[in-house]
Amino acid sequence: MKDLIKKYFYGDYGDKENAGVDGSDGSKAPLDPPVPVRKGDGGWPLWEVFIRSKQGLDHKHVGSLHATDAQMAIENARDVYTRRQEGISIWVVESIYIHASNPADAASLYDPANDKVYRHPTFYELPDELKHM
Amino acid sequence: MPVLELEKNFQDKIDKDIRIEPKDWMPDKYRQTLIRQISQHAHSEIVGMLPEGNWISRAPTLKRKATLIAKVQDEAGHGLYLYSAAETLGISRDEMIEQLHSGKAKYSSIFNYPSLSWADMGAIGWLVDGAAIINQVPICRCSHGPYARAMARICKEESFHQRQGFEILLTLSKGSDEQKAMCQDAINRWWWPSVMMFGPGDDASPNSAQSMRWKIKRFSNDELRQRFVDMCAEQVKILCMTIPDPDLKWNETKQHYDFGAINWEEFKNVINGNGPCNKERMTARIKAHEDGAWVREAAIAYAKKSLTLKGALETT
Repeated sequence: MKDLIKKYFYGDYGDKENAGVDGSDGSKAPLDPPVPVRKGDGGWPLWEVFIRSKQGLDHKHVGSLHATDAQMAIENARDVYTRRQEGISIWVVESIYIHASNPADAASLYDPANDKVYRHPTFYELPDELKHM
Repeated sequence: MPVLELEKNFQDKIDKDIRIEPKDWMPDKYRQTLIRQISQHAHSEIVGMLPEGNWISRAPTLKRKATLIAKVQDEAGHGLYLYSAAETLGISRDEMIEQLHSGKAKYSSIFNYPSLSWADMGAIGWLVDGAAIINQVPICRCSHGPYARAMARICKEESFHQRQGFEILLTLSKGSDEQKAMCQDAINRWWWPSVMMFGPGDDASPNSAQSMRWKIKRFSNDELRQRFVDMCAEQVKILCMTIPDPDLKWNETKQHYDFGAINWEEFKNVINGNGPCNKERMTARIKAHEDGAWVREAAIAYAKKSLTLKGALETT
């Protein structure tokens, strides 16, 4: 199957040809996908870490770390980011799978919202006697 | 948009205290200065584990051993927060480690001094972490978002380090004559190197002016150093110990402590690789990295093997 659309990921430094590390035994298994790494990470992918500090709150981004797989990433995240009971839930995502908007486009990306002031409750003038609204 | 306009918008953001985040446009020099500062800060945390790691096996009690281990673990985590922040600027971990090992990147001069007695653990916690806190708190409001957030996380943990150190000295200062002497000796050896941690005087500091304009640096070296001296001059009284500076005296007019001249020759020597422990620190770091290579390689091999197995299972 031909790749007709090339997808660019956040954190993609254009080193697709450098992705993957030579296996120590030199053999290449047929179903062996390249480990998605950037050059210079020593063969270990970069992961972004999100922590939920308390039941009821969202997961918040706290930082990043290198790990070879999800289990190691979660364990390392626990060791570094939850030493003082700062978290009850950890999400880890490989950095290359985070897609981000371009800040330079902020003006045009968010522009449609700028003149829709009727989305704000304060736009609507109602009598003071009206309660609970 | 032409570069001049980009630079103007960038400086506007800085002046308005709007944080710069990873994908925002920034001048090359800003990026390079931050990469240098953040990576060297990270290296300092990692190398800083060495003088204290030295005493883990010889801590006097189990409680002291546990708290010292926790502190050293924290330093590793601090290094990670900072390496992560630096990586958002486009440099890789391998590159930064290479710069440290080759001597191209520096780390804080203070860690080139040896830890000769248990009391050094107290002196390091009180003086070195104390100086670090004074340096780091202003950076929590620096213009670079990731660096500022890393600093906020670090500062929360740093105060345990300083209190742990002071408590060690306080215990020694109430002990036997030998313990009191050991306490004073450690303070005598760590005082001046800690004062030097704030860097050269303002007129001899080449990078300061531009760093202030870009709000990477919020206070001058001399200002921060004065804060440190004022703070420690009071705290040392509680230990019933002295600071090894005959010129240390309260100045009623200035409402600050006057203090003696700093030996900048020593500072220059230590920064340039001729301090007491520079070679030892680098040898230890390089050895740790090389000795750990098999672990990194094994982890990669295991991950690849798991992926292959997973792929094979999914096709059956």
